[in-house]
Amino acid sequence: MFQAILFYTFAAVLIGAAMGVIFSRNPVHAVMFLVLAFFQSSLLWLLAEAEFLAIVLILVYVGAVMVLFLFVVMMIDINVERVQGGLVRYAPLGLVIAGLMVVELVQLIWARSRFEVATGGFAATPEGYSNTEALGAILYTEHVYAFEIAAVILLLAIVAAISLTMRKREGLKVQNITSQVAARAKDRVRVVKMEAEKRQ
Amino acid sequence: MLENYLPILIFLGIAALVGLVLMGLGFLFGRGEKDAEKLSAYECGFEPFEDTRMKFDVRYYLVAILFIIFDLEIAFLFPWAVSLDLVGGFGLVAMGIFLAVLVVGFIYEWKKGALEWD
Repeated sequence: MFQAILFYTFAAVLIGAAMGVIFSRNPVHAVMFLVLAFFQSSLLWLLAEAEFLAIVLILVYVGAVMVLFLFVVMMIDINVERVQGGLVRYAPLGLVIAGLMVVELVQLIWARSRFEVATGGFAATPEGYSNTEALGAILYTEHVYAFEIAAVILLLAIVAAISLTMRKREGLKVQNITSQVAARAKDRVRVVKMEAEKRQ
Repeated sequence: MLENYLPILIFLGIAALVGLVLMGLGFLFGRGEKDAEKLSAYECGFEPFEDTRMKFDVRYYLVAILFIIFDLEIAFLFPWAVSLDLVGGFGLVAMGIFLAVLVVGFIYEWKKGALEWD
């Protein structure tokens, strides 16, 4: 009962935050609403006892991906007046995607209600069950191929990010600390001994 | 399992309460007299040089995306560390290959100078 109240509270805030993402006029506010939406969905995962996923959602999405989103939003020239409009132009595409998602959700609910006997729904987890440990036990053995592919995709992301955004700027004057430290007075100052000149 | 997270729930409640009470107090007792000078940007006593919504350098993006990649690497390490006695030597080798692939990327970005600011 208590969990059901929590679930509906978090789900309501999640939907509100998602609406905020769409309807905010300021893109930075939209990103902040997205952070709130991630927090709420992480709480929902926690309620489903998927604690590792919940914590990783906050760690990776809120901690890193949203920072990237903010950078991207701030990198483009934000002109709030210019961002507006275009609702009519993008409406057909948005409606198609929304329709697809509704169809998928209905199918999922239909399949659930039909094959409920086969899946048995959520089984109560036994005492001392660790979601993280269960995940690790199959991720590094059964799904090791997908795990290594993840490493290759991350490598690809490194190479792609560097080749897309690395710029070597020409004519930049930089300190060479090694040569500064290695400099000795005798290399820089030459003491010349010479005869005193006669008075004219 | 969920009762372990009760402190977080209590904390969420307190945080929401504090936020609402502070905003409510400001709303109740603030006089709300607004004028052009009060609402204008304050920048240590001089007029703002330029618009705050200036473009960021693209190099911040590179730093952020490199951070995300190694953040994900760390996220893969957590369940591995917890389930190490379940996955055994096979899991150790699997993680070794995973880390080796990412070390290749790390050496690449280091040698390419992506970690240098200039």
